[in-house]
Amino acid sequence: MISNGPPRPSRVGGLLLYEIKKGKRMRRVVVTGLGLVTPLGSSVETTWKNILAGKSGAGTITRFDATDYACRIACEVKPADHEYGFDPNLRVDHKVQRQVDPFIIYGIDAAGQAIEDAGLLDMSEETRFRAGVSIGSGIGGLPGIASESIVLHEKGPKRVSPHFVHGRLINLVSGQVSIKYGLMGPNHAVVTACSTGAHSIGDAARMIAMDDADIMLAGGAEATICPLGIAGFAQARALSTNFNDSPERASRPYDKDRDGFVMGEGAGVVVLEEYEHAKARGAKIYAEVIGYGLSGDAYHVTAPHPEGSGAFRSMQMAMKKSGLALEDIDYINAHGTSTPMGDELELGAVRRLFGNNLDTMSMSSTKSAIGHLLGGAGAVESIFCILALRDQIVPPTLNLDNPSDSCIGVDLVPYKAKERKVKAVLNNSFGFGGTNASLVMRAI
Amino acid sequence: MSETADRVKKIVVEHLGVEAEKVTEEASFIDDLGADSLDIVELVMAFEEEFGVEIPDDAAEKIATVKDAISFIDANKG
Repeated sequence: MISNGPPRPSRVGGLLLYEIKKGKRMRRVVVTGLGLVTPLGSSVETTWKNILAGKSGAGTITRFDATDYACRIACEVKPADHEYGFDPNLRVDHKVQRQVDPFIIYGIDAAGQAIEDAGLLDMSEETRFRAGVSIGSGIGGLPGIASESIVLHEKGPKRVSPHFVHGRLINLVSGQVSIKYGLMGPNHAVVTACSTGAHSIGDAARMIAMDDADIMLAGGAEATICPLGIAGFAQARALSTNFNDSPERASRPYDKDRDGFVMGEGAGVVVLEEYEHAKARGAKIYAEVIGYGLSGDAYHVTAPHPEGSGAFRSMQMAMKKSGLALEDIDYINAHGTSTPMGDELELGAVRRLFGNNLDTMSMSSTKSAIGHLLGGAGAVESIFCILALRDQIVPPTLNLDNPSDSCIGVDLVPYKAKERKVKAVLNNSFGFGGTNASLVMRAI
Repeated sequence: MSETADRVKKIVVEHLGVEAEKVTEEASFIDDLGADSLDIVELVMAFEEEFGVEIPDDAAEKIATVKDAISFIDANKG
């Protein structure tokens, strides 16, 4: 029998995420599993340990010879034989590995970690009808598009791989994960550049709140450290080019000498679950997703709005939905990409929204350690927020040698992780096209 | 085992991610080795590259087992 899902709970306690209509409260959404593939580790705990230790994942590009490129550095996911490298064979079939771009491999692995962590490897068919996937990517299979176009050019159309299209499509992380784990609920993929990961989690949380699913794997994946990716972002003047000889110093959000972002790669995936569903099966609950805000700058394709208007409204909407007071937020994981304009505009928007409450908050950019994972960033950084809630410690901003004047008085957690009370967190992600997303989560 | 057979089997193992022992001459790509129709398109391309032969679509459709592939290649390679 095909399940139509459990009846709507008639009575749920505590603070609630959304209201469909006045008096009708919606289902609560909690996080019950985490998965990470990052330049600092191929598991949640390894990455987190390295982030808290203040390590940097940056280095000279090894994937291709970048000698002639303006930017020659990136935060690469390390090979399997590295101390904290990534072994694709753990969770991705050999055949799939041959057919798909690396962002899909990272995404499948991170999703697998999250399902294992949530204790959901053995879901019944009925449960799987109500379990879906929302894992997006900002760019998708750029390395494979580039290499296959060379095959077409040099060898002709009969030599293009039959797996070319579905091995590069952005929604094929969700597609592959759905097939591998038999998830038959929503099969969705967000594409909103660098806010993809945050939008993916927010959209998936809404699907659960709106009763479209009980379980959602949500997150983002990216892998574009390839000649076309580095050249393209460098030509858009988005990448750091002043630190090619000292890669670990290049990603320096809020520092006066910052000159662009350092490209990262990897994936972050969370298991979102309806609260009563998680409670009924005795799941470990990391956090509750209580607020989600989205906005558009309506200003410029790459430059943020000069008054940070979109960022402000995105955070404001997430806070309003959360039902929290501004003073309740303890930690913000900033978008903070280390670009000259973006960092200060975001900080200005935070200052306008939070006012004096900023004095007691901490705000850091973990992009200083793992670079900018583009479509993966919002998901990976949401996981850092969740771990901050779990461990009552906030991760540092590296390389903050000379903070910009506008940063004075703000606790940007320079160099070292800091133990502190963390009851509620905000994560920001902003993307090309003027797209903004903010998530508010709290301990439960 | 012929030289062609060795090279064919190596390609099949690499593309389908199956153990070498399973790639017998009687093995069917779809029924025994887990290939789908797109995998066969890819295998045919790999055989064409490896052996410098052209395998037209109507011939490719008739290649169901490892032996079919070896026989076609031996009969058509230069």
